[in-house]
Amino acid sequence: MMCSSTAPAITDLAADGLESHCRAALAAGARMQFMYALFPSRDAPAQLRYVLHPGPGAPPQIWRCEPEAQPVASLAAMAPLLSWYEREATDLFGISFRGQPMPQPLVLLPGTLAERPPMTPGATTPLRHVAAPHPLPDLAGAARADVQIMPFGPVRADVLESAQLVFYYIGEAILHFHPQLFFKHRGMEKRFEGLAPRIGTVLAERVSGVGSVAHALAYCHAIEAAAGCDVPRRAAWLRVLLAELERLYNHLQYLGHLCHTTTLKVGEAQGKYLEELAKQLNCRVSGSRLLRGLIVPGGLSREPAVTVVGPELDRLEREFLRYSDLLASTNSHVDRLMTTGVLGRRLAFDQGATGPVERASGIDRDSRRDQPYGAYAELPLRVAVREGGDAYARQSVRLDEILNSITLLRAVWAGLPAGPIRAPCAAVPCSEGLGWAETPRGTAYYAVHLDAAGRLGRVKIKSPSFSNWRVFPYTVHDSNMMDYAINEASFGLTVSGCDR
Amino acid sequence: MSVKTIPLWTLTGLRQGKATTRWRGHGPEPGQDGFLGMPRLDPEKCQPGCEECVAACLPGAISLTAGDSRERVRVDYGRCVVCQLCIDACPTGAFSASSDWAFGSRNRGDLIWSRTAAPGAGSTLKHAIRRVFGRSLHIRHVDAGSCNGCESELQALNNPYYNLHRFGVFFTASPRSADLLLVTGPVTYAMRAPLVQTFDAMPEPRFVIAAGTCAVSGGTNGGGYSCGRGLEGLLPVDVYLPGCPPNPPAIIQALLLLLERLPQRVRGGQITPEEPRSGGAHA
Ligand code: SF4
Repeated sequence: MMCSSTAPAITDLAADGLESHCRAALAAGARMQFMYALFPSRDAPAQLRYVLHPGPGAPPQIWRCEPEAQPVASLAAMAPLLSWYEREATDLFGISFRGQPMPQPLVLLPGTLAERPPMTPGATTPLRHVAAPHPLPDLAGAARADVQIMPFGPVRADVLESAQLVFYYIGEAILHFHPQLFFKHRGMEKRFEGLAPRIGTVLAERVSGVGSVAHALAYCHAIEAAAGCDVPRRAAWLRVLLAELERLYNHLQYLGHLCHTTTLKVGEAQGKYLEELAKQLNCRVSGSRLLRGLIVPGGLSREPAVTVVGPELDRLEREFLRYSDLLASTNSHVDRLMTTGVLGRRLAFDQGATGPVERASGIDRDSRRDQPYGAYAELPLRVAVREGGDAYARQSVRLDEILNSITLLRAVWAGLPAGPIRAPCAAVPCSEGLGWAETPRGTAYYAVHLDAAGRLGRVKIKSPSFSNWRVFPYTVHDSNMMDYAINEASFGLTVSGCDR
Repeated sequence: MSVKTIPLWTLTGLRQGKATTRWRGHGPEPGQDGFLGMPRLDPEKCQPGCEECVAACLPGAISLTAGDSRERVRVDYGRCVVCQLCIDACPTGAFSASSDWAFGSRNRGDLIWSRTAAPGAGSTLKHAIRRVFGRSLHIRHVDAGSCNGCESELQALNNPYYNLHRFGVFFTASPRSADLLLVTGPVTYAMRAPLVQTFDAMPEPRFVIAAGTCAVSGGTNGGGYSCGRGLEGLLPVDVYLPGCPPNPPAIIQALLLLLERLPQRVRGGQITPEEPRSGGAHA
């Protein structure tokens, strides 16, 4: 029997101790992961939770804080990646922070009419929106009149997710870049409330569609941690199979799209073709091209068709190797990637970059190895790291990860243990759990709190794109228009996961 | 540009040959092996007093009417997200797995299960679209708050396997040159105005497809503090296509249905036996 997540330790902190604890933890090499608010019950005051990793390989820690008074001290100046979480807690839970460097709303768009913060108990009125000018940073100086402002979106060209990209530019030079996200905010976290844990899986799969497996996994890990249930070994192995199939088709899609931005037409077509083959394999294995419907608390709902994987992998690998050789030797493609969108190591760490983006900036971190779950500890996992921090490094990490996914898939296919695929996983009333999984875009976390009836009370989703969208603009400021599309593609962002 | 590499890419393209599969327009489409589609309902197997399926269905696609008759289960496939939970929940096998995906429909009512589906219902269109657009169609897609699953499948339409261009169908950036508005997502409060503005900017005659269960009815994500119920009560819809997400052949089928190049396959929530083909579905 495998355990999916270790029960995290919770430390109670007084509100006036937050800053000193944060300072001490950071000095000792910890990394803050995320922060969220909750109302433990209808009439109880709000509670804050901070989730951090004390160091590589150590299990996560949780700080619990019930502030007697507001505003609460902002930790964003010390741990910049917490800034967005605090602003979200202000928008949705009405919690105010002192010393927050960017006190503007984040999740609620300018022009939003909210009677009450929508996550407060008893808030029932739907949000409304009236078009409002976006409060853009002021410009001053002699060249002020030369600066053009171009808002692009939220309806963009091609088939793309909705977001508004605002460029401040002179000629080809981008001075400042502001992505206005959260047009797609669906209030997903609220939607979990009151559901039975099993049914919550259906929702988790629909937070970020191209991360269905990893989101369902992180969610189920949290539920399983709360219930104290163990997943049978065969199910843990099969979950690796699903998760790596997901990484495979996402990374292939990524390469095709990246070639689109460097105008390498055959490379684009070939990347998309390989992605299609991978999705067809998903369909044969699971019945769903996005691999939905198999992961449930306690294991899997049914046996996937594993036997088809082996021969299909051989074909995919052959075609992929030829493809990646060609990509590597195409100067027109490689030249556009090198030195484009450089993200330094320090910036990546401070602002919370995750997944291939942080690994391409020299940060050797992957939750599959560092906070291992499922069967990864038994399988030949390799973590790809590059130092360059540019679009080329981000592509290189993904190329390596495709090969490792194929290795992992083959290992599961060849060594799959026999046994049951599902263990009972009865919800424990008033329990809570933290779960995580490495999506193709970085680490996703779910924190779940069950109510007295064993239904979902509060579910917090920390999606990797929320982190990477926060980081991305730093690589756009002071760059040029010609490189923008390539740089954005090299980050491989999704909007739905970020906006939720 | 490397002198050496470009011929290699050309060679790759040529070696790959034609990846596009022939659109059959009938029978199983290639590449969809194993696909789990909308669950089928057999009301004869339904037990009096049982409500398991209703409790299992998150988007509320299954409801019960009063009384104990066998016909008391009502399934609205316009709300189904294909999660398969009703199949697991049903103690008698009244719900069973199927590969049915051709759920593009001109009538919202045709997505609701009924024993006595009027054949041919909803087959007339407001405009004779083929006369208007001939064999070419330009689509403006608007993501009104999807999970990105629908976009993933819409993007796949342009891969060499499905090669949407062969049908004379193109995605376009400008609503001014678009004939069809293809909407995904439950319509969030913030996307409502941009969506309606996009529709208003399109010249007439213009058409609308609600693509994916979210756009048809809100799906699992409709309602709440932030979302509407897809296009319900917002825009006139010409073709409804539930699915979570609809697979590429389902999207192609819905587009060809709009263009009157294929007949509608779903009636009363069931895929009807093949009608004689009128031809013209091929590229
Ligand atoms: S498969 Fe469709 S009808 Fe069945 S439970 Fe899921 S959403 Fe409801």
